Amino acid sequence: MPDAHPLLYPVGPRRADVTLWIDDREIPACRGESLITALLAVGEMTGRSEFDQAPRSGFCLMGACQDCTIWTATGQRLRACMTEVRDGMVLRRQPPAVGVDHGR
Amino acid sequence: MAADLPPVIVGAGPAGLGAAAALVEAGMRPIVLDEAARPGGQGTRRLAPGLAPAAHRLLGPTGARDTAWREAQEDRVLAACDWRPGTLVWGVFGTALHVVHQGRHETLPFDRLLIATGATDRCLAFPGWTLPGVFALGGAQVALKQHAALIGQRVVFAGASPLLYLAAVQYLRMGLRDLTVIDSTPMAAKLRAAPGMALTAPGTLLEGLGLMRELRAAGVRLVFGAQVARATGMDRLDGIEIHHADGRSERLECDALAFGQGLRPETQLAELAGAEFHFDPALRGWFPITDPDGRAGPHLWLAGDGAMTGGRSAAARSGRLAALSMLAAQPEGTRPLADNLLALRRSVRRLRRFQHHLATAFRWPQDQTARLPDETIVCRCERVTAGQIRQAITQVAGPADVNRVKAITRCGMGRCQGRYCGLTLQDLTAVTSGRPAAAVGRLRAQAPVRPIPIGSAEEEGMSP
Amino acid sequence: MTRHFDVIVIGAGLFGAFTALHLARMGQRVALVERGAVGAQSSGANFGGLRLQGRSVEQYPLSLLAQQVWETFETVIGEDCDYDRNGMIYFARTEAGRKKLLAYADNSRACGLDIALWQGADLRRAMPWLAAQDGMIASYSPRCAVANPRLATPAVVRALVRAGGVLFEHCAATAIKRSESGFCVSGPALGALAAGRLVNAAGGWAGAISAQFDEAVPLFSAGPPQFVTEPLPYALRPSVYAIEGDLILRQIPRGNVIFAGYPRTMANADGQHTFVPPAKTLAGMRAIAQHVPALRNAEVIRVWSGVEGYLPDMLPVIGASRTTPGLFHAFGGSGGGFQIAPAVGECLAHLVCGTPGPVDLAPYAIDRFSGPVRVSDKLAAEFDQGKSAG
Repeated sequence: MPDAHPLLYPVGPRRADVTLWIDDREIPACRGESLITALLAVGEMTGRSEFDQAPRSGFCLMGACQDCTIWTATGQRLRACMTEVRDGMVLRRQPPAVGVDHGR
Repeated sequence: MAADLPPVIVGAGPAGLGAAAALVEAGMRPIVLDEAARPGGQGTRRLAPGLAPAAHRLLGPTGARDTAWREAQEDRVLAACDWRPGTLVWGVFGTALHVVHQGRHETLPFDRLLIATGATDRCLAFPGWTLPGVFALGGAQVALKQHAALIGQRVVFAGASPLLYLAAVQYLRMGLRDLTVIDSTPMAAKLRAAPGMALTAPGTLLEGLGLMRELRAAGVRLVFGAQVARATGMDRLDGIEIHHADGRSERLECDALAFGQGLRPETQLAELAGAEFHFDPALRGWFPITDPDGRAGPHLWLAGDGAMTGGRSAAARSGRLAALSMLAAQPEGTRPLADNLLALRRSVRRLRRFQHHLATAFRWPQDQTARLPDETIVCRCERVTAGQIRQAITQVAGPADVNRVKAITRCGMGRCQGRYCGLTLQDLTAVTSGRPAAAVGRLRAQAPVRPIPIGSAEEEGMSP
Repeated sequence: MTRHFDVIVIGAGLFGAFTALHLARMGQRVALVERGAVGAQSSGANFGGLRLQGRSVEQYPLSLLAQQVWETFETVIGEDCDYDRNGMIYFARTEAGRKKLLAYADNSRACGLDIALWQGADLRRAMPWLAAQDGMIASYSPRCAVANPRLATPAVVRALVRAGGVLFEHCAATAIKRSESGFCVSGPALGALAAGRLVNAAGGWAGAISAQFDEAVPLFSAGPPQFVTEPLPYALRPSVYAIEGDLILRQIPRGNVIFAGYPRTMANADGQHTFVPPAKTLAGMRAIAQHVPALRNAEVIRVWSGVEGYLPDMLPVIGASRTTPGLFHAFGGSGGGFQIAPAVGECLAHLVCGTPGPVDLAPYAIDRFSGPVRVSDKLAAEFDQGKSAG
């Protein structure tokens, strides 16, 4: 479930003109903005710790802490703070398992 | 020596661009690499396109003008360089860089390398710092500048750093009113540092005082000598508990916290390139050893905050200084530059000395680690707690060393490679084993300095 | 002032640690001398495989004895070392590899191991993540296991200290001299130690000690480069080895996939640092991307290595010196030392004390190098061409 409140507040008006999906949920986003802005602005966290399942949503915002790690549907890892949104992006909060053949 | 190889600069922040400008003036075309898509580094991060109309408000009238001028200069310099944004340098081996560019590995041989990788936030762990809504102090500025967003609506800036005031003012100017600044250094300590600061960088001191005045005038609460004891919340931050100098506890409701204890240099690549390190007790950190011009080896120069914390001006000047040193080492085919080398060295030295006074005005909360509750997560990536680290230190057969504690606990083994837990690990190891911080060593750098995709090795390119 | 012991063991890798532990438990006063940190080189930096497949018949007595210790490590040592009986798969994709795999399977079965052979649809079902190739064959051994090398050696050394042994860490033995009553070992940080018997378990540095006692061996130092990915959902329990040598990987329950580099790399035996050249990292990554396409997008977060000693026949030296009474050797794990270490320690401790040991150590005698030297076919395969001679 999305959180009631944003985790990041974009300054100024936001006019959504692209769409992305995270774990099959549709997210409206703005061309040119970072993935982390698009997600946190609607209260979607970027993932959970593999080890204690606690939520994580970015910390350093400069590509160093890896806290905003997120994956594409084919398992490519992205740092949400270093990635610009693209229309139609499909994202996952977990990487695919090694044993799963997702057809290269 | 392959003299036909152009100089290579890693990092397009103030130091890298300062060096690039000098090399271009001398008639060279250096290769400039940066992981980011746009130049500017972190502290002088370029505003997001969406923020352009707000630049005036954010930076003030002179600031906006200066920034526009500086960025135009930078663009002119980069146009004369072989500028390669979006390039991750993940390793240095001998005289070649290993990079990933657009998902592919490349090997880039060099003869003269300048590493200007800047700094990241220096963070000391505390309970709750992994909660969504808690950000690194520099990150709070990047949120604004690059992501055109505020980290919250009720924001606390806390820690020991002059950036507390800068970040708070930037948020204030963007219209946020519910702000609190919690500076862990008592006012008395700041007053003691003031004369030294006034002597080494009076302009910077005045700027800082101006920021405080602006916050006070806007009614922002400034608390001195208090520490964040914990951040609370279930799945996201809902408040913090602070401990005042007189022992009182206080709870503050907030939806975002930005904290930091200054900056730490990004030295992994410098280490892989062969730099040696020394411990600076005043700054409580390890810094690479260079000559006064930033030379750290036959092929290696270091500049900017990645060499020694000093701020933007010192970075730009140290970059220029390193470039001059490079040119002096290999002057063939270049135009002589008319810099006053001695004056440049003096000013870099003076600006960096200012950091030592800043270290008094914003002092390292040395007692914080000793009091850290056992359940505090120290390593964000591997979820290693203070208690696990303390236990491991007592288990070490010989002298406690951070690399051994890392081997036992996994603290520092995760995706961020110890960037955000390293200092807490260092302090915990020192305090628990009763040894000075300098004696417990530092986490060794390992390639890749950032995670790299396995598939990037599939087709290897050579470059240039 | 000289401190006196019954036995001095040089080298706190896993060979030295287990030898010292057994000696201490047999009532000997033991000093364990280490130039750096306990288990810091390949004992702590190896792949962690407790592999029983892929051995020649004469290696099994030692290997099986060792596996029993690993299987009861927590009881024997008093601490856990992430031992996991996860099973191991060998797979072959070349005709030569197939022959080798079947020969290994015969050896394993002759020595009492359960081995399952998979081909065709069975293989694809068992290993769906492996890039399919015609004519592949795999052998699976459920008794193979893994342990965490970072934890194992320090745990054994702590058990040694509890048993009364004395550890001298960060104390290089710079001088080793014969004395009337045995040996005198000294160094600036170490001071002077004396003992009637001396065990040379100095890993990559052991050759200098044996040479000092007129039994030079063709030992050389190398590093096994290791890589680890970010944590991924745990889905791959057994360790997987290509018999051709170019792919060795396993996933730990935390999710990280560890893979070993190929070929191995010659190391600078400076004793402090090992460095994995980026070419190794890239070669390892390419092999993974080729054979396990599902890992193409996974990211490598760390690489590491540690110095270890190799001998041309890829077998260790374990036994008494042929030149010097009271001197014993245990070194040259040649990339396979981790698994056998518990048995090496037990057998050598018996030899040192003059009591009958559980395994015949004849195949590991140091004088096997006095005649023509047998060179293992693994050696040529596992090292960079033109760099493998010691």
